[in-house]
Amino acid sequence: MREMLADDPFWLIALKVQFVFTFLMITTLLMIWFERRVVGRMQHRPGPNRVGPFGILQSLADGLKLAFKEDIRPVLADKWVYILAPMVSAIPAFVAFSVVPMGGPVTIFGEQTLLQITDLDVGVLVVLAASSIGIYGVVLAGWSSGSPYPLLGGMRSAAQMISYEIALGLSIVAVILYAGSLSTLDIVLAQGEQWWFAFLLFPSFAVFCVSMVGETNRAPFDLPEAESELVGGFHTEYSSLKFALFFLAEYVNIVTVSAMATTLFLGGWQPPWPLSQVEMFNTGWWTFLWFLSKTVVVLFVFVWLRGTLPRMRYDQFMRLGWKVLVPISLVWIVLVSGARVLRNAEVTTPQILVVGGVLLGALVLLAVLLPDRSAPEEVEGVATAGSDYPLPPLDLTVPPVPRRRSALGGDGQRRPVEVTAGSPDTADTGPDTASNKERDNGTS
Amino acid sequence: MSSLAALLAQAPADPSGAVGAGEAIAFWILGPVALAGGLAMVIARNAVHSALWLVLTMLCLGAMYIAQRAPFLGFVQIIVYTGAVMMLFLFVLMLVGRDSSDSVVEVLRRQRFVAMLVGLGFAALLVSALARSLTQVTPAGIAPSNVGPGGNPGSIGRALYTDYVYAFELTAVLLIVATVGAMVLGYSERNRDRPTQREMVEARIRGQQGRPSPLPGPGVFATGNSVATPALLPDGSVAPESVSEIIESITRDKLRDEVRSGQEVEPDFGARALHRPEPPTGSDQEVSPDREAGR
Repeated sequence: MREMLADDPFWLIALKVQFVFTFLMITTLLMIWFERRVVGRMQHRPGPNRVGPFGILQSLADGLKLAFKEDIRPVLADKWVYILAPMVSAIPAFVAFSVVPMGGPVTIFGEQTLLQITDLDVGVLVVLAASSIGIYGVVLAGWSSGSPYPLLGGMRSAAQMISYEIALGLSIVAVILYAGSLSTLDIVLAQGEQWWFAFLLFPSFAVFCVSMVGETNRAPFDLPEAESELVGGFHTEYSSLKFALFFLAEYVNIVTVSAMATTLFLGGWQPPWPLSQVEMFNTGWWTFLWFLSKTVVVLFVFVWLRGTLPRMRYDQFMRLGWKVLVPISLVWIVLVSGARVLRNAEVTTPQILVVGGVLLGALVLLAVLLPDRSAPEEVEGVATAGSDYPLPPLDLTVPPVPRRRSALGGDGQRRPVEVTAGSPDTADTGPDTASNKERDNGTS
Repeated sequence: MSSLAALLAQAPADPSGAVGAGEAIAFWILGPVALAGGLAMVIARNAVHSALWLVLTMLCLGAMYIAQRAPFLGFVQIIVYTGAVMMLFLFVLMLVGRDSSDSVVEVLRRQRFVAMLVGLGFAALLVSALARSLTQVTPAGIAPSNVGPGGNPGSIGRALYTDYVYAFELTAVLLIVATVGAMVLGYSERNRDRPTQREMVEARIRGQQGRPSPLPGPGVFATGNSVATPALLPDGSVAPESVSEIIESITRDKLRDEVRSGQEVEPDFGARALHRPEPPTGSDQEVSPDREAGR
């Protein structure tokens, strides 16, 4: 199938590049509108509904407004890096989309081709490389702005990127093992022959989903721009078109990782199961429809996450990355490789069962033989500890409430509760008397 | 240009190994840029600028690998070196601070002289190796190794896990040992005997840290809300620790004196401030500014 791409004439490549660029720009506009509408619906409010039908032109109007704003550069900013950062952020976001297979074989102006700009042997790595360059934009923006909040945002972004790029890369490994190739096209084709990798390699899919949200700085992982702590994070000092570039880069990145999730795990442009039996749905422009609808579903999940989850604390976020996602991925890769080796070695099922049983038995034996960790002894009797404070019990169980007399009197009327402690009326001197007099004078 | 486009569109590899037009164009653009990046990295005063120039050089090298039909190496160069290693560098540089530039003071004696000698030796080594490779070695080309199953990454993987598996494993072990060593050195002292949150709570309740509750805020139980107004305890006496030393040291000193001399303030729930002036002797309409402020 690659031969269809290889003999693309130059005009067709230019057309595809132009199409991808336009597609990403329009998707960004629509995604912003979609996000605001959906989050609005989740929060029981209408969302933008003034500009155009259903407010669909709202983000276009916002974009135009942004372009006409004053472009400010702080005095302390590092001039060239400050200008460079938004471009570094935006350009790789577009580059990454060049290897995404958007559709199967189609005919454009009599030329048989695939809906994909190019297909490399190392296609998946292109996306990783582009995202790792794109983070430079965020980090440099934070550094060059010359003020503390952006710097904090930039540093968070650097740490976040290093951590989550590893988890992202590891989650792809199992897919590559099963597809036998790094090429995105081959991965999509492999999912046509067997199950979608989201079902076959579910742990990889889960790790990929979590780390792709971390990689794109989206809620609940939007720590580099956490507006409740860092004003705007790395883009605090940016305005006008430079800010718009950051905004664009963020949304293009979201679309790109959604498309990658679709490609790697959700079957790419292959139709979903019952439809895949019909020959017509597997060919032509239908494939673009499947790709697009799956991508929109993943985009919706992004919005859903934002509407649902609160932002994580920074240390929780790092712990999740290093102590949960990376170990899970490593163990899973070992399991997948083991399964592949077993299949290649042509061992019989009884052999697998026997060896697995022996291993399991050894593990159980080990677990039984290992001494338990000694539990820390409970310290008793620290209730008052020599101080006069009435202390709550340490285990925080509420003691039973003693039975009280009914607040209702004999006549069934509720009496006002008498205040006995320290009523100020009895004091003759003192400021309260004076204030009462004042009040009386004021009202009379 | 057509050759470049063909390269992008996966033209079959040229088996002869000769430099094509597209590759030549790519080289003559990327080469000077990479060289300029290297020079600027040395010259730049600001550490972050140096790092950025180095990133530029690495990106150019990665692009050259790709142009020479070693796409796996090229992208790994971009991901690992520019993406991870240089990002770590930048992270450390940001921690150091924004305005820290290189100092020109020579810390080690004769450092420049030795550095110059080593540099010259290294340059001689490089030039001789290059000259030899240009004159005596016939280029084999990368094309033969790109045609196997899996293409370029496939053949790299095969070489790495068959012929060079020991070197590969040893490198992995070395890196892991280095990482573990760094973590042991960096964290061994800090994490020792660090009380958990639960332990701290229990210690506080046992009375090992002074008082179990936080300090009372100013104005608690009092009718005024100025920070200079001390808090009143439930029995009406003032709480001296409720007034910050920084904000109103005079009030606090006065309080301390009062507490020390034993003249406790009587339980008085009408008290709104420590400093209570005499009741006004004039008519009731006159409100003294003191009282107005104390409310």
